[in-house]
Amino acid sequence: MEGRAVTYRADRLILAHFGVAFATFAVAIILGAWQMTVRSGLNPVFTSPEAYFASVTAHGTIMGYVMPTLFVMGFGYFVAVTSLDRPLPNTRLAWIGFWLIMAGVVMAMAPVLAGKATVLYTFYPPLTGSVFYYLGLVLVVVGSWFWIALMIWAMSDWKKDNPGKPVPLAMFGNVANAFLWLWTTAGVAAELLFQAIPASLGWTQTIDIGLARTLFAWTLHPIVYFWLLPAYIAFYTMAPRAAGGRLYSDMMGRLSFLLLVLYSLPVGMHHLFTDPEHGTGFKFLQMMLTALVTVPTLLTIFTIGASMEIVGRLRGGRGLFGWIGALPWDRPMVLATGLSFVLLGFGGFGGTINMSYGMNAMIHNTSWVTAHFHLIYGGSVVTMYFAIAYEFWPKLVGRQPLSLKPIRLQLWLWAIGIVVTTFPWHVLGLFGEPRRVATFDYANPAIAFWQPWTIVSMIGGYIMLAGGLLFVWNLVTLYRGPEADRQMHYAVALHPPQRVPSALNGFALCNWLLLFLMLMAYGYPIGQFFFIKDYPAPIHRVDLGG
Amino acid sequence: MNEQDIQKTERRWAAIVIVAVAIMLAVTGVSSFVMAMHPPSHVETTDPTTLGANKEFAENNLGASVNPDGSVTVRIIAAQFAFVPRCIPVPQGKPVTIRVTSPDVIHGFLIAGTNANTMVVPGYVSEIHTVFNEAGDHLMPCHEFCGLGHSEMWSLVRVIPQSEWRNDENGRASCDIPR
Repeated sequence: MEGRAVTYRADRLILAHFGVAFATFAVAIILGAWQMTVRSGLNPVFTSPEAYFASVTAHGTIMGYVMPTLFVMGFGYFVAVTSLDRPLPNTRLAWIGFWLIMAGVVMAMAPVLAGKATVLYTFYPPLTGSVFYYLGLVLVVVGSWFWIALMIWAMSDWKKDNPGKPVPLAMFGNVANAFLWLWTTAGVAAELLFQAIPASLGWTQTIDIGLARTLFAWTLHPIVYFWLLPAYIAFYTMAPRAAGGRLYSDMMGRLSFLLLVLYSLPVGMHHLFTDPEHGTGFKFLQMMLTALVTVPTLLTIFTIGASMEIVGRLRGGRGLFGWIGALPWDRPMVLATGLSFVLLGFGGFGGTINMSYGMNAMIHNTSWVTAHFHLIYGGSVVTMYFAIAYEFWPKLVGRQPLSLKPIRLQLWLWAIGIVVTTFPWHVLGLFGEPRRVATFDYANPAIAFWQPWTIVSMIGGYIMLAGGLLFVWNLVTLYRGPEADRQMHYAVALHPPQRVPSALNGFALCNWLLLFLMLMAYGYPIGQFFFIKDYPAPIHRVDLGG
Repeated sequence: MNEQDIQKTERRWAAIVIVAVAIMLAVTGVSSFVMAMHPPSHVETTDPTTLGANKEFAENNLGASVNPDGSVTVRIIAAQFAFVPRCIPVPQGKPVTIRVTSPDVIHGFLIAGTNANTMVVPGYVSEIHTVFNEAGDHLMPCHEFCGLGHSEMWSLVRVIPQSEWRNDENGRASCDIPR
């Protein structure tokens, strides 16, 4: 397949999304390293609970909502124009979405920095902060809905002009993510619009917390798969080609993307295993559904492993594992895929413990959980965001990197930093160290032995910080490199499909199945709040000194 | 490789995946239903605004009390920014039921080194059933962000050997039991 140029006036749009995503990311990793310093007990110069929790709120808000949303949107626009080889259906709408998000980011971050919205990125009603924080986040979500509409629109236009042809795999995954995001945001949007915003405006004096927590849990798990899908799309459509080979199976990619959408949504109640407002039955059901999320990941590991094995053997690798060493690890996309797989393995292992209903009680809300999701998010997701940026940026600006060495160094620093940060957290979590605590009294002999572990973890944080800042520097140096070709090439399957079943080429069936699964998993758990005798809690203002 | 070969390998792998996930689910299912390992899931509501007037959670009823059958019930209020009471005595090797609720915001409750772990949500009573087998002190931090004083919210669970356990005629005990 010939490469597709990034033209159609989308370059500036994509660079704007990526630029803001990574600029805010740089701010958030600095905050993260500082938070680790505070927790280590080494007494940084400037520290107070107000500063610490405002910092946690800012770090979480950027890493949870701002950076990945903008990255995924920029990624989606890039994939749409390059894989479909046509302009976006409407560039102006895309810019409107972008500027809504910019307004939202400023509106949300200002009260956080002023200490008027210290509710962490998970909100915790009945804690109630400045209304501008919630309104800003609503604008971020609404802006991203423009992207959803454009992705669906772009795919259906292409299908009309190419009847019977399979949608290019990268675009299929991209639209899967758009639908996933549409379903995902419904929970948190309902919580913000019907509960948090009326409370912060003073229209209501109480909040039904059981309902609020359930709506948030609806969003809280699938949002991770929204972040993760670009990484999976890169595994399937970029990594095999970067290694110099082909994708083992195009169909497996389609199936995995669909299963990720289906299985990630009706499972959020596993975040509420130790909550009192739900009974055992639905917790157990959602635990069973959660276990299924491992299926698309295990399928992906096989397909990408097989694609890579063929390359490794062609390059002379022998024996059961010799092909792994023969892969071209000097190429950033290949290296990132390998590192991402390893970190996904560790993170996934921790996740299966969290998921396990009974075992979860051992580690719920301890540092173990923080370790798990930093491995998944920082480790497997962001590592691939780096690799994708290294792949796309040269095509967007028409410049090649000066050298691959600092790129490899950057990926290694980040991966090592993640491991050094999160492994001590797992240990501390098993000892019962709670998360979201600013300072510990290490003079207490019962917890004195925690301090060395937190210091190791802090060192990991600074290694990550170095890796993150080197990433930003690497992007800057791109503007000085030699001229590059602006064509984007995606990996081709060993046997590119001529026709695929409509269930693997569109999302009608997927959406009906989702409706059914969501009704089954959340129908009663949400419905119960409207007929059991529960007591809403009075709101607690954090912005009015209350 | 031709397409049939690829599909054959994929079918084999899919079978392995299905078996692996089925085993995982079976282990959790068996441990839940046969060994009754469940997370605390006890949909019991209570009005957070009238906890002070609620007899069960009135201040003089908090802490540990021995039931007629020898088991122990512990009642705790988690509020910004302390647990009441600050230290909780429990007898070694006897079933203990912990009931905890909040009058203000969300808190978390964790006894380090044990499986006693629950969210504390205003409007609901969280209930945990457990047995403490080893004597000694356990830390009991609040594990959910509850406001700027969250980092200071710690209590203690003191597991006391049955031979040293003392309680008054109402079944009430305190941490001051001589050790």
